Amino acid sequence: MNSLLTNEVPLSWYLLLSAILFSLGVLGFLVKRNLITVFMSIELMLNAVNLSFVTFAHQWHAVKGQIFVFFVMMVAAAEAAVGLAIIIAVFRTRATLAVDRIDLMKL
Amino acid sequence: MHLILFVVFAGFCLAGAINLLLQSHPINSALSLIVVMTSLAVLYLLLGAEFLAAAQVIVYAGAIMVLFTFVVMLLNAGREERTLGSRSWRVVGFPAVVAILATISTVILKAQGLGGARLGDGLLAKNGASNIETLSTVLFTELLLPFEVTSVLILIAILGAVALARHGDGEPASGSAERAAGK
Repeated sequence: MNSLLTNEVPLSWYLLLSAILFSLGVLGFLVKRNLITVFMSIELMLNAVNLSFVTFAHQWHAVKGQIFVFFVMMVAAAEAAVGLAIIIAVFRTRATLAVDRIDLMKL
Repeated sequence: MHLILFVVFAGFCLAGAINLLLQSHPINSALSLIVVMTSLAVLYLLLGAEFLAAAQVIVYAGAIMVLFTFVVMLLNAGREERTLGSRSWRVVGFPAVVAILATISTVILKAQGLGGARLGDGLLAKNGASNIETLSTVLFTELLLPFEVTSVLILIAILGAVALARHGDGEPASGSAERAAGK
């Protein structure tokens, strides 16, 4: 209650938000059946981790945490470009986006 | 003020993330992911990371999500279908996610010595340098090699994406060949 009066948001709230977003990303990754939506859930997880990086950078006044987020963003951009190209290639050969139907490597 | 902004934009974040899961059409999921990413940019701003807030809007909400919506529209992705797999993963997924969330939140709530964030925190460091100034100083002196390696990574990713997404060596696309043969 004290933090509410001083108008200060505890950093644990930011971390909890990050944890919830990460869990929603995991849930989307497991439950969604569309290849593109599964890929979007991965982006959601990356964003959740970025939020906790920024929170800890604020806690310890360390600028390197923010730089790490910058690198994560760059790698995510590269990953999105390659991943979407793979999705296009898969769609071209199998004409579907449902993850259940893309089972060529299944035993 | 910080509290109000945090509650509003954290609410936007959660609403967007939940909407991403509930929507069955990929384009609606992509648009709600844009809401999540833009609200996260505001939260970065509240935590005193101005450069990252700008980069979040430009790189994530701008570049990456444009790529996503472009691919959704290019492939004309329709509604996803419910299959046996989706039901079984739902049974497995919900308990697993609840377990993950419970573990992480226990660790967070047990943590001692976490501070708080006020409005205007970190806008200027103690020596008067702005966030982007301190960030770029570290990035271009101490971490110059990782930065350059990242640029090589992006170059390789671009080449890989072009090589993967284009049709095979100079041959016409199979669809157009069939259409030409049909004529």
